[in-house]
Amino acid sequence: MTSQTIKRARFPRRTVLAGSTATIMASGVPFAEAQTQVSEGMDVTFEVNGRAHSLRLDPRTTLLDALREHLLLTGTKKGCDHGQCGACTVIVDGQRINSCLSLAVMHEGDSITTIEGLGDPEHLHPMQAAFIQHDGYQCGYCTPGQICSAVAVLDEIKSGIPSHVTKDLLGPMEHSGLEMRERMSGNICRCGAYSNIAEAMAEVAGAQP
Amino acid sequence: MKFDRAAGQNPIDQLHVVGHPLDRIDGRLKTTGTAPYAYERHDVVPHQAYGYIIGSAFAKGRITRMDVAHAKAAPGVLAIVTTLDMPALKNGPMNTAKLFGGPDITHYHQATAIVVAETFEQARAAAALIETEYDHDEGQFDLKQAQHAARPVQGANGSRADRVGDFERAFSASATRLDETYTTPDQTHAMMEPHATLAAWEGEKLTLWTSNQMIAWNRRDIATALGLSKENVRVDSPYIGGGFGGKLFLRSDAVLAALGAKAAGRPVKVALTRPFIMNNTTHRSATIQRIRIGTDRDGRITAIAHESTSGNLPHGRPEAAIDQTKLLYAGANRLTAMRLAVLDLPEGNAMRAPGEASGLMALEIAMDEMAERLRMDPVRFRILNDTQVDPEKLGRPFSQRHLVECLEHGAEKFGWSRRNPRPASVREGEWLIGMGVAAGFRNNLLTKSGARVRLDSQGIVTVETDMTDIGTGTYTILAQTAAEMMGVCIDQVRVILGDSDFPVSAGSGGQWGANNSAAGVYAACVKLRENVAEKLGLPPAEAQFSGGNVHVGNSVFPLGQAAHESELVAEDTIEYADVDKRYQQSTFASHFVEVGVNGFTGEVRIRRMLAVCSAGRILNPKTARSQVIGAMTMGAGAALMEELAVDTRRGFFVNHDLAGYEVPVHADIPHQDVIFLDEVDPLSSPMKAKGVGELGLCGVAAAIANAVYNATGVRVRDYPVTLDKHLAHLPRMT
Repeated sequence: MTSQTIKRARFPRRTVLAGSTATIMASGVPFAEAQTQVSEGMDVTFEVNGRAHSLRLDPRTTLLDALREHLLLTGTKKGCDHGQCGACTVIVDGQRINSCLSLAVMHEGDSITTIEGLGDPEHLHPMQAAFIQHDGYQCGYCTPGQICSAVAVLDEIKSGIPSHVTKDLLGPMEHSGLEMRERMSGNICRCGAYSNIAEAMAEVAGAQP
Repeated sequence: MKFDRAAGQNPIDQLHVVGHPLDRIDGRLKTTGTAPYAYERHDVVPHQAYGYIIGSAFAKGRITRMDVAHAKAAPGVLAIVTTLDMPALKNGPMNTAKLFGGPDITHYHQATAIVVAETFEQARAAAALIETEYDHDEGQFDLKQAQHAARPVQGANGSRADRVGDFERAFSASATRLDETYTTPDQTHAMMEPHATLAAWEGEKLTLWTSNQMIAWNRRDIATALGLSKENVRVDSPYIGGGFGGKLFLRSDAVLAALGAKAAGRPVKVALTRPFIMNNTTHRSATIQRIRIGTDRDGRITAIAHESTSGNLPHGRPEAAIDQTKLLYAGANRLTAMRLAVLDLPEGNAMRAPGEASGLMALEIAMDEMAERLRMDPVRFRILNDTQVDPEKLGRPFSQRHLVECLEHGAEKFGWSRRNPRPASVREGEWLIGMGVAAGFRNNLLTKSGARVRLDSQGIVTVETDMTDIGTGTYTILAQTAAEMMGVCIDQVRVILGDSDFPVSAGSGGQWGANNSAAGVYAACVKLRENVAEKLGLPPAEAQFSGGNVHVGNSVFPLGQAAHESELVAEDTIEYADVDKRYQQSTFASHFVEVGVNGFTGEVRIRRMLAVCSAGRILNPKTARSQVIGAMTMGAGAALMEELAVDTRRGFFVNHDLAGYEVPVHADIPHQDVIFLDEVDPLSSPMKAKGVGELGLCGVAAAIANAVYNATGVRVRDYPVTLDKHLAHLPRMT
């Protein structure tokens, strides 16, 4: 039998990064007080789905949690919180990102589009309609991320941004099944709707899956 | 309603709505992000606080001290509950590992505390300040070592093995023999939505908004754990972001949300963090399977044995990898047996198609190997050994069995005749091309299921049941069932699911959900039809329901007229007599796969996949097809990548997130084809349907492994078939 103590670091790295590191450490501010400084929050203003929002946030708040917990836009999903699954995909200034991997306060002045900004149940975006028609989802949890990614992927191809499978970097980019599957591979669907998602995307792109 | 004999003609057979590939009725919510999942219920109760769970950093032993002083003093913290604050909570019948309470630790990442704070960030930061001291014991974490001390699991007749005839004698007398051992690794469900619960107390009454497949089990088991009466617990789970068996049971998110909410005096919501899920919850246990098959000169099986060893915590259950071998192929002399080793890993429990998924991974490679030894086509070998009766009880027929048709039809559609039976003989540039086949088999389980249906004066029909939709399409097929029964279009039907205030249903698991829950709605609708006829003064036996009207002869009444004075409500439960004892109820499939294996790198790419399924009436071909392609995708993962890596010194699954535990992504999966045989099974229920959600997985991995073998000539018997296992033996490319 072995006896052991797990002592968690008194100053977790994220706390140090979040606060004013040098001051806290050098002046020996008690930990709780240092945390209180952090909790006062930072101001950030960005636009979500065309509406400006000004928030005072704990700087540790991810863009994902700012959307879900502060703006109550829960269409963007938290599947892993580690940038491994793609469920939190949103479009920031035209580019898709994993919103769990960026802090909300990094997005000052940014323009963010979430699944709610693409369409609503009465006014579907063509990609949302295509997902329904082709049954490109099952449990629905990865679906908003898949759809945000799919919309952005078609734009990436249209803009001539190459991917790992692009054969000709100089010629016109194709909406091929291979291109779309490669580019969508950061969005996991454990229900396994991939074959149907490819068909939904091909329909919107006017291409072969 | 008691179901005790083959269903006759009934209103479902009209197929005005049932059997059509309708879009999901919840599709607009799911695709716009407006379907609310458990962690997103901002609307249901105010002042929600955030919980963060931490777990044991060792596998076995006991906690001697937990210091929460720093954590308690951290900003925003409202309450902390540690496992030392209470004795071990009582488990319900479905759980093996303790969920919480007491100092004893029996597996890595067992929950040890919850911190409740005003914000998620505060709860997470404070949780990192808890100091834990412990004594740890040595454990057994290695199935290969532990198998030697594994104990026999009692067979159906109480013996160490189930036997028919004399296997040993027949095997040694057989003309052609195979005796091989196969292994399958631990696997994890990896559903996209983490386990999550929002808990709120009102006095002694507890409400859980959670993500759970089996509402009645969850309600019963949280009541047991917390010492509440069931009547004081409400569970609500309308949308579930995937489960695959991982959300069948009460888990720590629900227990600790409830405890945290009690301690904080506030509603508390908790989601298990992704790196916590794989060791804190359950997984599909690894297996070591020995298969022996003997045939006569013509290739007829005379002896078949399947023995499987798996591990689990003390009092846990084995992975029943032998189940399909009792029923899939003929053969007069049979032996099936399981052994169970004690392992101190997290709890092994149900994952999609428990038993058959792992068992067929081995059996269907063995069948491929046997066909090769017999120089027989593997499709033909399986057809030759088909049985139309339970091979252990020859007087007991299958209710339906169309495995041969699945194989023949699939072979034709797939172009099986183009397969070169000599391995490693087809090339396209640097790619070695191969085709593989496997049979799919999974039982159809009958279990009682209740529902309530309401009719209002506008002719709107509302279905209420505690049944769940875990992506399976339940909302849609129940709406189709009610629409067919009441003679309205699907837009006239509302479906409300997942609430423990509603009648208890079959729930979602074991591919029993669709047939049983739809049959429950059927039963309730039969009652509602009687009520409607009575209200309208019509003879119930003659009333026809169609086009939103009720007809008798030339008299026509709008359906809603029956509810003109007040809403009509009917409730019933489908219950089954012994039809499944008299008839073996199973579903069947053939899986065909073509792969390319890179001759230089060993990389495997799936090029084509086809499943042909025989599963009774298909209630909605669109959602059923999605079930099957999703299962085929999971089968691709099982074949080629999925494996929880065990740290056999420290006793935990190392790759416990979605980067380390690889599941198939878009680029791994080609277009998939699914064919459903056109059939009904009147012995399954009034719906004449059976399950497909697990059938679609059963056999897929072996079909892929067999295709890889056909491509490379290298037989891999240890899943997953990763390139390191065949790279050194690939044929020369130059």
